[in-house]
Amino acid sequence: MHTLISLTAPAVMPAVDPVVAAPEWAGAQAAVWLVALPLLSAAVLLLLGRRADRWGHWLGVLASAGAFVVGVVLLLGVLGQPAGQRVHDVHLATWLDAGALSIDAGLRVDPLSLTFVLLVTFVGTLIHVYSVAYMEHDAARRRFFAYLNLFVAAMLLLVLADSYVLLFVGWEGVGLASYLLIGFWNHHTPYAVAAKKAFVANRVGDVGLLVAMGLLFATFGSLDFATVEAGAASGDVSQGTLTAIGLMLLLAACGKSAQFPLQSWLGDAMAGPTPVSALIHAATMVTAGVYLIIRSGAVFTAAPTAQLVVAIVGAITLLFGAIVGCAKDDIKKALAASTMSQIGYMVLAAGLGPIGYAFAIFHLVTHGFFKAGMFLGAGSVMHGMDDQVDMRRFGGLGRYMKITYFTFMAGWLAILGIPPFAGFFSKDKIIEAAFVPVDGQPWRAWVFGGVALIGAGITAFYMSRLFFMTFEGQKRWSKTKDGGEQHPHESPALMTWPMIVLAAGSVGLGLILSRVGFVEWLEPSVGHTEHHEPVLAVPILIALTLIAVALGLVLAWRRYAVSTVPVTPPLGTALTRAARVDLYQDTVNDALLVAPGQYLTRSLVYGDKAVVDGAVTGIGRATVAVGDLVRRAQNGFARSYAAVMVVGVVVLAIVVLAVRG
Amino acid sequence: MSLTHYLVLAAILFAIGATTVLLRRNAIIVFMGVELMLNSTNLLLVTFSRMHGNLSGQVLAFFVMVVAAAEVVVGLAIIVTIFRTRRSASVDDVNLLKS
Repeated sequence: MHTLISLTAPAVMPAVDPVVAAPEWAGAQAAVWLVALPLLSAAVLLLLGRRADRWGHWLGVLASAGAFVVGVVLLLGVLGQPAGQRVHDVHLATWLDAGALSIDAGLRVDPLSLTFVLLVTFVGTLIHVYSVAYMEHDAARRRFFAYLNLFVAAMLLLVLADSYVLLFVGWEGVGLASYLLIGFWNHHTPYAVAAKKAFVANRVGDVGLLVAMGLLFATFGSLDFATVEAGAASGDVSQGTLTAIGLMLLLAACGKSAQFPLQSWLGDAMAGPTPVSALIHAATMVTAGVYLIIRSGAVFTAAPTAQLVVAIVGAITLLFGAIVGCAKDDIKKALAASTMSQIGYMVLAAGLGPIGYAFAIFHLVTHGFFKAGMFLGAGSVMHGMDDQVDMRRFGGLGRYMKITYFTFMAGWLAILGIPPFAGFFSKDKIIEAAFVPVDGQPWRAWVFGGVALIGAGITAFYMSRLFFMTFEGQKRWSKTKDGGEQHPHESPALMTWPMIVLAAGSVGLGLILSRVGFVEWLEPSVGHTEHHEPVLAVPILIALTLIAVALGLVLAWRRYAVSTVPVTPPLGTALTRAARVDLYQDTVNDALLVAPGQYLTRSLVYGDKAVVDGAVTGIGRATVAVGDLVRRAQNGFARSYAAVMVVGVVVLAIVVLAVRG
Repeated sequence: MSLTHYLVLAAILFAIGATTVLLRRNAIIVFMGVELMLNSTNLLLVTFSRMHGNLSGQVLAFFVMVVAAAEVVVGLAIIVTIFRTRRSASVDDVNLLKS
């Protein structure tokens, strides 16, 4: 109710005046525990050290599961309220109070944040359970769980915050956890470098968020969502300012969600343990950028130019990731490229305006399930194949790992968008929304819709390629590290059960969510939009999408399941070679950013040495040289000293006489 | 014979003393040069005392004599010690303090 009041309130309110009244629903206070439980667990695990080694992982699982229970309780509480009153702001404390800047720490419990909370805690708990078995032989398993808990706490803070400042705390927290977990095996130098790369790329995006916050504060005088939403919707703010804010927020989202042009870190981030890739770099953290854009929907709605750029970035990344995914032979990197591409879909949807927000979140949720499931499947394959990741050395594994095979198949069919699997209900909705003309501009519908449609076809190709190369065809197994034969085997129950649950989600979640009115459930947060007709009739679009998917699938079947897959990668076309190296993204970054940066630092170091150090050491050297000259007069002969005195006195006498005379 | 002659004589004696100090190496001779310079100064003091008709200069001459006597005691003792240890009284050899 209070959000309705704040929406009609004057645009710019003094920051000291709380926009939102005290929560009417005391139950929302429980949201604090969502953040506190995993955070406490992480602190305990890190502070107790080795003493917690024996039971630490189970504490981690418990904390994540506890947060999930709190999330479910909150969901039931919110569901018990009428649709208009489902947004609750929980005031925690006055955090910063410095003159005009007054920031309250508060949480916002609404359908959007609750959706994220349930996704993060549910998938997170499953992955915690999986990790208990996956990391069993790692001496630092307790530390791994501490970082996972830290991640869950930071992610929940990110999605629950009711102001950009608190969101930023969570934003940095997930960045830190991501860095720690990518570099979890940092004794291996390339992994440590990958962690650093992810961290630096994320910092570029963070600068965008900081600048956006500065602009928001200068414009609206406050940083909480309620004030910003009201201010952006009021129409009192210039287009230029709003566009600038929107572009800066987009930059932040690009960094976190690995969107063009900041996407290069995601592939390298696969250096982390596979559960990390599943949780952080597929299901949750990388979707934070989509969350940020949708949470700032009011700003983007008021700045159509920024919104168009969001859609363009999403469309570019969608194709980029899909093309890269077609050429990767490393199973995790192929999945990472696919993640990038799927988030491109979500960003594209978020760039379509309110019509796409709900579908972006819908796809985000289903993607969280099927992609996490496939990553866990990849981890299971690696577990059974002695940590081999090269798909050219897999093949025929479906006969040996039945559960992994079928769960992976569920994820595969879901991402392809085959009805009635989850992706059909979410991705096809995005394609449909992309075909809706915006502001009566049909070119946009054709461009974005066309890209989304082609993307679906390429997605079908590379995901089928991945599936067939891994599970079908002939065995192309390599020797194990110690030279023995490969004995692929099914993973333990602790690993297979999370995969089964996620596979069930991949199968049914789309249908269930679309039946229970997921889009309407999100309306209090993302706004309601009228239904618009796409430029082509919906059945035609569905048919076209399915044809594109079928083409990709058949092509992949012929090339990777029926014919023999060479063990060494063939030379391939120029596009294949480019896609193998991420379409020269690293080369471009090196040439445009890294090399000039290194030149700059080198010239600064040179300047420091030559000018600053030169001045200081120069003074020292000059003093020494003068001392050297003067020293020669001190020759140790008493008579020469006497002579100097005599000459000096005589000279003085002459001078005095001359002056007086 | 005017008092000016005394001043000129004092100056000549001083110059001889100073030259002795600068040119001779033997410490005893150098010492004698120093004494000559002191005594030429005494002569000047007495002469000026006479010229100005007061006794301050003469009193100062006594002070100089006393100080010179003390200086001779200390100086000769040092020279004798140096000669004993180094078998030489040359001032040019006494440069041990130089690095």
